[in-house]
Amino acid sequence: MNFVAKIFNKRANWAIPYAIFLAIFVALPLVLIVVYAFQDANGAFTLQNFVKFVEQPEAVNTFIYSIGIALITTILCVLLGYPAAYILANRKLNRSETTVVLFILPMWINILVRTLATVALFDFAKLPLGEGALIFGMVYNFLPFMIYPIYNTLQKMDHSLIEAAEDLGAPPMKVFMKVTVPLSMPGVMSGVMMVFMPTISTFAIAELLTMNNVKLFGTTIQENINNGMWNYGAALSLIMLVIIGITSLFSDGDEQNDGESLL
Amino acid sequence: MKRFFAQTYLWLLLVLLYAPIVIIAIFSFTESKVLGNWTGFSTELYTSLFSGGAHHSLLDAIKNTLSIALIAATASTLLGSVAAIGIFNMRGRKKQMINFFNDIPMLNPDIITGISLFLLFVSLGISQGYTTVVLAHIAFCTPYVVLSIMPRLQQMNPNIYEAALDLGATPFQALRKVIIPEIRPGMVSGFILAFTLSIDDFAVTLFTKGNEGLETLSTYIYADARKGGLTPELRPLSTIIFVVVLLLLIVINVRAKRNAKRQTVM
Repeated sequence: MNFVAKIFNKRANWAIPYAIFLAIFVALPLVLIVVYAFQDANGAFTLQNFVKFVEQPEAVNTFIYSIGIALITTILCVLLGYPAAYILANRKLNRSETTVVLFILPMWINILVRTLATVALFDFAKLPLGEGALIFGMVYNFLPFMIYPIYNTLQKMDHSLIEAAEDLGAPPMKVFMKVTVPLSMPGVMSGVMMVFMPTISTFAIAELLTMNNVKLFGTTIQENINNGMWNYGAALSLIMLVIIGITSLFSDGDEQNDGESLL
Repeated sequence: MKRFFAQTYLWLLLVLLYAPIVIIAIFSFTESKVLGNWTGFSTELYTSLFSGGAHHSLLDAIKNTLSIALIAATASTLLGSVAAIGIFNMRGRKKQMINFFNDIPMLNPDIITGISLFLLFVSLGISQGYTTVVLAHIAFCTPYVVLSIMPRLQQMNPNIYEAALDLGATPFQALRKVIIPEIRPGMVSGFILAFTLSIDDFAVTLFTKGNEGLETLSTYIYADARKGGLTPELRPLSTIIFVVVLLLLIVINVRAKRNAKRQTVM
């Protein structure tokens, strides 16, 4: 009892249960992906899974296609989302907080329900499902995740800098390009992360929006795992992890703060 | 004039964002199996959603979604609160390490989290079902709880806890009477965040639910859509979910505003 009390008294020790939990449910599973990726079905070391990926034009094409779709979605989200965030954060252009809430609201609805709604819209408008629907659905699903972080940084921005630029005689366009845009870059970067990362790894959305006609890399991974090809699936997951690791090097880890302040 | 264009742009975007949901809501009030086919006003889909009957499995999926979210959110709030207090009092390398691993589930795409946990359960020989889904949800929810409690601990005056101990409180009493009241708002928002994350989750659930026929709302919709026809009852269900979320957000916002007002008055 005395021993237990001693451990309990040192508050840093309270993290021990969670540290054990993290080791089992976060660290070990990631190690397992690496282990499975370099094993064949019998558990022997092999590079065959990666050779198979490179040799299969279909898998590589899906991979490149997915990155393309994710890039288009991200660019469209920036183009549509930046003006919206700018207007929302500008007191002269928008005074209502309700509009801000309206833009954030869709983030709280189940992604499959939202995708379902897009399918319904295309059915209703008698538009064919396919690539167009896929890109529309992706933008529709992820646009709020772009608007929110940009809006946040624009709002926290020091407005005296803009006034200073105006006082010094810069025309509005120049103020925008030289002051507002550079200062809002952290928000744009975390928005890009919050859109690009999920779009590159999504799988179910693509199937629903294209009637199974377009395959994304996430779908390929899921199919392999489902069909018992765990080692190949793990290798593909590892490839995706590397891509995401490279992408996150460009961000400064700001998106966590945004996730935290969502509520 | 500038304001007019700005407002037009915002509302155009909003119409686009909400058009799908509005269409689903409108067509939840008609009986037609096919969406877009108006066959007269009816609340038939709402009654059939709640009476179960042919779509008993949908009702089961809703129950599973809610019970899993409740258990996972409660467990991760408890685990996360204790962990946050611990991490806050750690120093140096160890603290960096645990923060690093705490960040991983938030940065990882869902599909990777799902597959990695799937491989964990498979290689440990654990049969997958309700329990594994709950464990997986605790794993990706707890980091958010830790993050929402941390700022509260940072704002807290550390002397109060020491004072309580000096005045003869046991560490447990000091925890109950000093620390918990201070971090309670963080615990509440952590719980709500964990609850919504769990309800929204699809990918992690799909990989950890096993094949014993366990379905949550997300996996049910997915399976249903893959079979071709979407269950018409999903329309009233989506509408209800949307209205509930809308009301919840309004309540949260009104409360936040009232609190802010009270603080400025004081």
